[in-house]
Amino acid sequence: MRSIFSVAVAALGAAALVASCSSSQTDTASTTTGSASPAPTSITGDITVFAAASLKATFTELGAQMEKDNPGTKVTFNFAGSSDLVTQLTQGAPADVFASADTNNMTKVVDAGLVANDPVNFATNTLTIVTPPGNPKQIASFADLAKPGTQVVVCAPQVPCGSATEKVEQATGVTLTPVSEESAVTDVLGKITSGQADAGLVYVTDAKGAGDKVTAVPFPESSGAVNTYPIAVLKESKNPAAAQKFVDLVTGPEGQKVLAAAGFAAP
Amino acid sequence: MTEGRRSGGLIQVGLPTWIYLPAMVGALFVIVPLVAILLKIDWPNFIPLITSESSRAALVLSLKTATASTAVCVLIGVPMALVLARGRFPGKSVLRALLLLPLVLPPVVGGIALLYTFGRQGLLGHQLQLLGIRIAFSTTAVVLAQSFVSLPFLVVSLEGALRTAGTNYENIAATLGGRPTTVLRTVTLPLVIPGLMSGAVLAFARSLGEFGATLTFAGSLQGVTRTLPLEIYLQRETDPDAAVALSLLLIVVAALIVIASASHRLAGPV
Repeated sequence: MRSIFSVAVAALGAAALVASCSSSQTDTASTTTGSASPAPTSITGDITVFAAASLKATFTELGAQMEKDNPGTKVTFNFAGSSDLVTQLTQGAPADVFASADTNNMTKVVDAGLVANDPVNFATNTLTIVTPPGNPKQIASFADLAKPGTQVVVCAPQVPCGSATEKVEQATGVTLTPVSEESAVTDVLGKITSGQADAGLVYVTDAKGAGDKVTAVPFPESSGAVNTYPIAVLKESKNPAAAQKFVDLVTGPEGQKVLAAAGFAAP
Repeated sequence: MTEGRRSGGLIQVGLPTWIYLPAMVGALFVIVPLVAILLKIDWPNFIPLITSESSRAALVLSLKTATASTAVCVLIGVPMALVLARGRFPGKSVLRALLLLPLVLPPVVGGIALLYTFGRQGLLGHQLQLLGIRIAFSTTAVVLAQSFVSLPFLVVSLEGALRTAGTNYENIAATLGGRPTTVLRTVTLPLVIPGLMSGAVLAFARSLGEFGATLTFAGSLQGVTRTLPLEIYLQRETDPDAAVALSLLLIVVAALIVIASASHRLAGPV
């Protein structure tokens, strides 16, 4: 009896050990602190940036830029859907900067008391129609998407690109009957690049990123649903100076140039 | 620490006591997350959350498609297992490795493979279109995705049962003048019914949980292609409480299947 009890205690101890190991591993994976020597005057050290998936290309470029401009800094990214990132942040994931693809998700982080200073809007993104290369179904307007026999793929209303789609539908009075409501804008794009559907609604930046694998059909009503991207330094940041420097880079002329080249509009 | 115990003249080897330690860590690793979900449930709203229109549509679709996929797996998996266990032809081991590949493939890879086979621009897409068959974005696509990932589970489990059962009874039946089809129907298959049942249960459970291949290949539309795992993934975006409630629902359904198959195995022969 006693030995069973001691085994149980040992098992719990081992489980705790496993748990602590794994959590320390995630810590090092996401923050990797203390590899650079501190210099009091210049910006140095490591920061972790949680950013919306649509910012992957631009932020990776800007992170490299920051590392080049400030030797001794290292920028680590975690790119995911904005709401996933909010969940991770509220569950205590360590991060220095958060950039969201919509104001909604940023508000959740602000409400949770995780933000050090007021978020700054740094970019906007609008929807565009994309079709397989050459636009075989001759889609020319938003209303064309509702034509019978047109297979349209959109985002589900639960995700930001889907709520933008709903807004456009309400503004135009055109009701779409999509064949699929995807949970990520990348899935919509995938259905078009693989030729599964006739048309889809994605962000201008997604269309631009897909290059000649899709044909983009801009429509004027897209201005009725503009997604604003805010960025903020987080309260828990171990390196607020470097975090602020990255935010300044994104909102400054250099960052705006990179974002504009990817198809983002200024806020 | 090894103990020997006498029972009926044979010395039974006891388990070394230390083995309980890693075993218990393993058990906790499985059980604690399940408890964590239970603790996270918003009980007052549990019933409304799982009976909402979208939840019911997802549950019904999941049960329907998993049943259809299991039927597909049985229909084509039983002959496959028989051929792999009893057939004699060159290259059998290579063929088996290929057929069991979906077992180790990430489901999203399976989805991409199906897309380039049955999709509009896929290998068979053109022929299917000529026949007026549209698979993409249909419930058929969900069943195809589920069958693709579940088939190896049924084949492996049935092939194992066939090998364990051996060919003695079959040979005797053949000696007594039974034709191959008669032997198959009256001797081979009845012997491996438990193996077939557990294979079918595994296939059903795997179909129920299918996510990656469905998302990649079939899309996501309420009542048509949005199965329970896809609904959970989507709800998580806006309504984590609903996602947790639906997760519990899926756990309960899975647990019922496991219990049902365990009790069947206890009741079944051997």
